Amino acid sequence: MRRWWYDARHFQIVALASLLLVNFTWIDFGAKPLYSALAILSALATQFVCARLGRLPNIDLRSPLITGLSLSLLLRADAPWLPALAGVIAIASKFMFRVDGKHIWNPAGFAIVVLLLTQHGVWISPGQWGTSIWLAALLVFFAIMVLQAAQRSDIALFFLGSHSALLVARAVWLGDPLAIPLHQLQSGSLLIFAFFMISDPRTAPDSRLGRLLFAFAVAALGHYLAFFMQMRPALYVALIALSPLTLLLDRIIPAKRFAWIATS
Amino acid sequence: MTRPLLFRLKAGVALTAIVAQLAVAAGPASAFCGFYVAKADAKMFNKSSKVVLTRNGQETAITMASDYEGEPSEFALVVPVPTFIKKDQISVVDGRIVDHLDAYTAPRLVEYFDPDPCEARVMALAMSHVPVPTAALPQPAAPLYRGVKVEAQYDVAEYDVSILSAEESDGLVRWLTDNGYKIPGGAEPVIGSYIKQKMHFFVAKVNLKRLQQSGAAYLRPLQVRYETAKFMLPLRLGTVNANGPQDLIVYALTKKGRVESSNYRTVKVPSDVDVPLFVKDDFSNFYKATFEHAVAREGMHGVFVEYAWDMGWCDPCASEPLGKGELAELGALWDDGGDPIANRFSTGNAPFVTRLHVRYDAQSFPEDINFIETGDRDNFQGRYILRHPSNATEACAAAKAYRASLPARFKEQADNLANLTGWSKDDIAKRMAAAGQDISHVP
Repeated sequence: MRRWWYDARHFQIVALASLLLVNFTWIDFGAKPLYSALAILSALATQFVCARLGRLPNIDLRSPLITGLSLSLLLRADAPWLPALAGVIAIASKFMFRVDGKHIWNPAGFAIVVLLLTQHGVWISPGQWGTSIWLAALLVFFAIMVLQAAQRSDIALFFLGSHSALLVARAVWLGDPLAIPLHQLQSGSLLIFAFFMISDPRTAPDSRLGRLLFAFAVAALGHYLAFFMQMRPALYVALIALSPLTLLLDRIIPAKRFAWIATS
Repeated sequence: MTRPLLFRLKAGVALTAIVAQLAVAAGPASAFCGFYVAKADAKMFNKSSKVVLTRNGQETAITMASDYEGEPSEFALVVPVPTFIKKDQISVVDGRIVDHLDAYTAPRLVEYFDPDPCEARVMALAMSHVPVPTAALPQPAAPLYRGVKVEAQYDVAEYDVSILSAEESDGLVRWLTDNGYKIPGGAEPVIGSYIKQKMHFFVAKVNLKRLQQSGAAYLRPLQVRYETAKFMLPLRLGTVNANGPQDLIVYALTKKGRVESSNYRTVKVPSDVDVPLFVKDDFSNFYKATFEHAVAREGMHGVFVEYAWDMGWCDPCASEPLGKGELAELGALWDDGGDPIANRFSTGNAPFVTRLHVRYDAQSFPEDINFIETGDRDNFQGRYILRHPSNATEACAAAKAYRASLPARFKEQADNLANLTGWSKDDIAKRMAAAGQDISHVP
């Protein structure tokens, strides 16, 4: 039997659940208990139903739990059916949009973008994390990444590096003080995006060079959408718009496909 | 209500902020949620600016008012705006409308009266009523002002307004300085940043002649309307020469729901807290201390929600909701599905107002504030509660138990007050004792 810490998802679940607990008990990022429960339960239920329909040999609820937790932390809504729908869209997208046995979009990111574009009652609250919890989250996420170095989370660093470089370059061009890009980086939802969405090993490019190119492309498009189009959910939209590019990158620069169950 | 001629403007350049204000007559009102007794309006905060920000899609209107004091001849305003502004996009607004909005959204003190414990089932609810230009031709820029283009000049009521664009910050700073705008050192890089972001500059000075002709006792708030994807307020110029932190109160009027900042943490002020009775006579200082304490708790990085409400109603009302005419003047009458004759909106289709209070300086708010409109229409108000004990002297068993319970309640109110304001517990106990709320025997 494998030891439980061989699977990065266990650390991710603990980290995200702790953040949600912090939200409920200490620093309110805007997540509500009922809405969080609905997002998580609907993600789990959709996984269960889709796995049965697809006659998968076993039903693994760890990935949908991460998706549900991410949705709870990032998406805000004015009616309870919206987080429930978010869970369904997220997980169903994983089963519906697949090419070469790999799903195209990060489930939580896909659901957030679809709902933001189609529903009036949803929004994101990217400014709601204090700096203290931001630093703590950065350290914890980074520690998880180091522990799981084999599992291609290098893309989180590639992305954060590209994103920071673009913000600093913009500040230098505008003649702004460095306090501005530093402040722009201190966003909790940016960390969740970097460590849990773009770095989703199931949707990231297989090769290291592919991941580097992809991370930079998402940062660049996100930068354009945020600063030239004034779009608040710029990074999510950039990720979802560019995700089909991973299929191309995997063809051009082939590498070993990722699977959560690497050893048994 | 009027006051003697008084121009409350800052000498030099009041960047991002302006204009005189009127005291608004808002008498006591009441409602089911306790009797409204006092409000904490923007006037109690020194160095504060008031901006009404209305937005529907990309349609934006900003109305700027402030309490800066000084000679009208020294008044100047420089605001970066995202587009060129035509004459019909600029107007002045009756200052009383902004004051009305300020009064309507102000944090409030309410009071309840305990029923006679011997007649606990009889509840009395008393109700009362609330008293209720010509455009100049654009001038070519002199060669000295490299890259500066005076796009247009307008006479707008008592103001001379120019719309400028520029390619270089030094040229623009020189133009502003030579035209009587005192630009502080350190503003140039900030201006340069806005220029590169393709912003235009809306600059205004008072035309003393027209001011005298108009006979107006006050400089009125200036309003600019435009379409833009940028949902933000430019703060940075205002922090360049500020002595210490400044207060900004944003009254956001939107269609869908509450407005919050997307790049700073938006926090509700503490609310619905029972406080000792003496606060009634010192509400202004109480709220100032409460706000200061809340700002400190967030490390001065917070944007505070003081009010978030559907403009169709209020409960309790610190002032009546704004009428359709007033909302139209503020740029918040988008489309009105309701009764065309009624002055008021009905609940549910009225604009949603969010009052955001920011205390900022260059260190704590390095970046301009960006906003996001949420779908949240939950009502919130900064509300503090006084509970008057019953004076009944009858000696029923219930009265005995009631009187025995009072000191513990007073103690709780004292603790609440200390937590809210950071005031010393000893001082609070003394002031409570003077007001008949003795907590000296409560452990």
